[in-house]
Amino acid sequence: MASTAVNEQLDDHIEDHAHEHHDNFITKYIFSTDHKTIAKQYLITGIFWAIIGGGMSLVFRLQLGFPEAQLEWLRPFLGKWITTSGKLDPEFYLALVTMHGTIMVFFVLTAGLSGTFSNYLIPLQIGARDMASGFMNMLSYWFFFVSSVVMFISLFIETGPASGGWVIYPPLSALPQAMSGSGLGMTLWLVSMALFIVSTLLGGINYITTIINLRTKGMSFAKLPLTIWAFFLTAVIGLLSFPVLLGAALLLIFDRSFGTSFYLSDIYIAGEALPNMGGSPILFQHLFWFLGHPEVYIVLLPALGITSEIIATNSRKPIFGYKAMIISMLGITVLSFVVWAHHMFVSGMNPFLGSIFMLLTLIIAVPSAVKVFNYLTTLWKGNIVFTPAMLFSIGLVSFFISGGLTGLFVGNSAIDIQLHDTYFIVAHFHLVMGSAAFFGMLAGIYHWFPKMFGRMMDSKLGYIHFWISFVGIYMVFFPMHYIGIAGFPRRYYSFTNFDAFSTFVDLNSFVSVAAILTFGAQFIFLFNFFYSIFRGKKAPANPWRSNTLEWTTPRNPGHGNWPGEIPSVHRWPYDYSKPGAKEDYIPQHIPLSETPESNLQHETRFVKEEKVSAKT
Amino acid sequence: MASTAIAEQTSKNLWGGGVSPLKASYGKLMMWFFLLSDAFTFSGLLITYGLLRYSHPAFEGKAADFMPSQEYWPIPEKIFDALPFLHGVSIPLAFVGLMTFILIMSSVTMVLAVEAGHRMDRKNVMKWMLWTIVGGLAFLGCQAWEWSHFIAGSGKEGWGLDLTGNGVIDFVGANLAMNEYGPQLFADLFFFITGFHGTHVLSGVVLNVIVFYQASVGTFERRGHYEMIEKVGLYWHFVDLVWVFVFTFFYLI
Repeated sequence: MASTAVNEQLDDHIEDHAHEHHDNFITKYIFSTDHKTIAKQYLITGIFWAIIGGGMSLVFRLQLGFPEAQLEWLRPFLGKWITTSGKLDPEFYLALVTMHGTIMVFFVLTAGLSGTFSNYLIPLQIGARDMASGFMNMLSYWFFFVSSVVMFISLFIETGPASGGWVIYPPLSALPQAMSGSGLGMTLWLVSMALFIVSTLLGGINYITTIINLRTKGMSFAKLPLTIWAFFLTAVIGLLSFPVLLGAALLLIFDRSFGTSFYLSDIYIAGEALPNMGGSPILFQHLFWFLGHPEVYIVLLPALGITSEIIATNSRKPIFGYKAMIISMLGITVLSFVVWAHHMFVSGMNPFLGSIFMLLTLIIAVPSAVKVFNYLTTLWKGNIVFTPAMLFSIGLVSFFISGGLTGLFVGNSAIDIQLHDTYFIVAHFHLVMGSAAFFGMLAGIYHWFPKMFGRMMDSKLGYIHFWISFVGIYMVFFPMHYIGIAGFPRRYYSFTNFDAFSTFVDLNSFVSVAAILTFGAQFIFLFNFFYSIFRGKKAPANPWRSNTLEWTTPRNPGHGNWPGEIPSVHRWPYDYSKPGAKEDYIPQHIPLSETPESNLQHETRFVKEEKVSAKT
Repeated sequence: MASTAIAEQTSKNLWGGGVSPLKASYGKLMMWFFLLSDAFTFSGLLITYGLLRYSHPAFEGKAADFMPSQEYWPIPEKIFDALPFLHGVSIPLAFVGLMTFILIMSSVTMVLAVEAGHRMDRKNVMKWMLWTIVGGLAFLGCQAWEWSHFIAGSGKEGWGLDLTGNGVIDFVGANLAMNEYGPQLFADLFFFITGFHGTHVLSGVVLNVIVFYQASVGTFERRGHYEMIEKVGLYWHFVDLVWVFVFTFFYLI
């Protein structure tokens, strides 16, 4: 199927398609089953959501940084959510916080990141024509799209979008009379998430089976690029954790709409006693965090995989500890399922159980540290090429370290009593997961843009974008640690009523200004991205002198990826600066028999086997 | 990974990648992974059942003296003891046992259909698929009866809720908000989990009908293999296996 649709699209105009192929606009760009187009669809949708989600954070940062400010000028955007006195409506503040979290975690860093790069890189890097099921892959995107539409609509309804926090704990989220956001907004949130879960499952099943079944000749699991290992394990995590959220969400839907009481018991609201008896709100927390914690790794692992690839390529060195990287990712995958209750240390659970979850949580520091040290040792004494992608990867490692260190604090069940639900937590996860994964995504875009669009992004703008973002993110989130240690709780509309926090007014204003600057810098990227799609310098075949298979495809690979036969693989993907080699990189498809000058002792054995297998 | 390592040692086969390392097509793998994820959904729901079940006290006293109350979790065999056409006779768990038997038998006929598919024996595939569909529909029919009986009420002496507190029973049966058998969650969980399973059975029957139709018009013969029957069969066995757990949780424990 795929090989018939090979389409060498080498002309200048990517948008110029009509006369070139029998695909029409609809099947080529909209209902496409080509993994590369689907990846771009995910990317564009992810960018759209990132702008919305990031923009929301600015609105509530304005409120936090400048509580006295007149926000009347926002009325054209927010309408009646600006009160008559020119302030942000407190309930809408909660909605903003909730939607910012939901959008960033699920729509940007899950769908935008995994959806883009798993789709784009899996077939290209393992040497496959397309995903195992292109049709299911297309469905996966369109479920995501419908889910996006529902969530987007929920922003504009009269009662406002869901506002019980992105974790939607009942009973707040279960009782429409509890707050206006728990009405229609919450219903739409649940519908949207159910569709999102279907999309994730369709995508994940596809990624896993493609990686297992469709690898090209010679591509054993021990020769897979680390990106693919990361996408593989991410998909496994998603496959096992999202269905539990689906179960939890279905139970919540029943509680909300059909009068059950799975999560409800003994509730008085507005002077009225509810009939619900026997349910447990803590049950929801368990079910939610059984997804919620693995979700952190769903967000992070692809970014780490992308970073492994970019750091090795641009350090011109083999990745340090390839097997240790795989084992640590496997460790993270397994451990991610047994630490969820560290989000619930103060929910009233048994302190002994808390100490077990604390132990398991702190064990995650081991594989995480292995990964960090492997990045640092890969960089060590490398011939580092500072491409924008490389800078963003190094930035990721930096965020991963500084955010990870605070993880040791908050993972401790005793210290967590003080830090729980404060800005310390906000700072922690925005660094270690939010910013790190976001930088991974940006690194991936800068690195694979030449393959995606056949053109180069401007690196000068990339450097400016990097430095403002990198410094800006630290300026935003570092001060939050102090605000958090002082005890300022997250999700609060205003802190000016509390004397204890009045010393932090300046710091909060500083954070808000930094947030605005950082957000503004992303428009440099947006300009660079869209301008380069059409007007960028044409990309050479292998701009980063990289080893993986995607760089053996034509400049704009058509449906089917390789015009001829799929190259077979003879070596691991990290033969950079191999002693004796002519070039400082040897791509995966070069047989060992062609490089006798650089073969290691154990590799000479394989040369003979290569000849044997070539005959058969 | 182990198998690829072995493959590399033999000089003849250097194909570390391979098209189907487990000798499974991608479609079958997809079904396996889907089932794995669905297993987690059901696990989540059954753990929910366990947690809520054990947050309620159990009935203490002899089973013979059992009377339902909001205060404790009921004894399942006292609730599920009815059979169609035998009104007022208490035969604990006989009906649900029959349902389980029907579903397991439909798995057996599914195995026979798959086996006939391996032999490319269209006639037998159709025969056994038809029996599987009949089994699935019979199970769904039984569940419908079980539900309607549960909803209508047991009709037993003294069972029911006195909502107004005047000593007169004014509610019998069950809905999602209240029931005559015990705490509200007893019926909630019953409806939700058996309903969720029943939805799976229903979609299984739909899939079975589709592949039965495809088999009968010769789609698989033209394709050269009956793998689709196998894939649908995997789903059907899974639904069957899940029922064993649902049955254990709701009726035996």
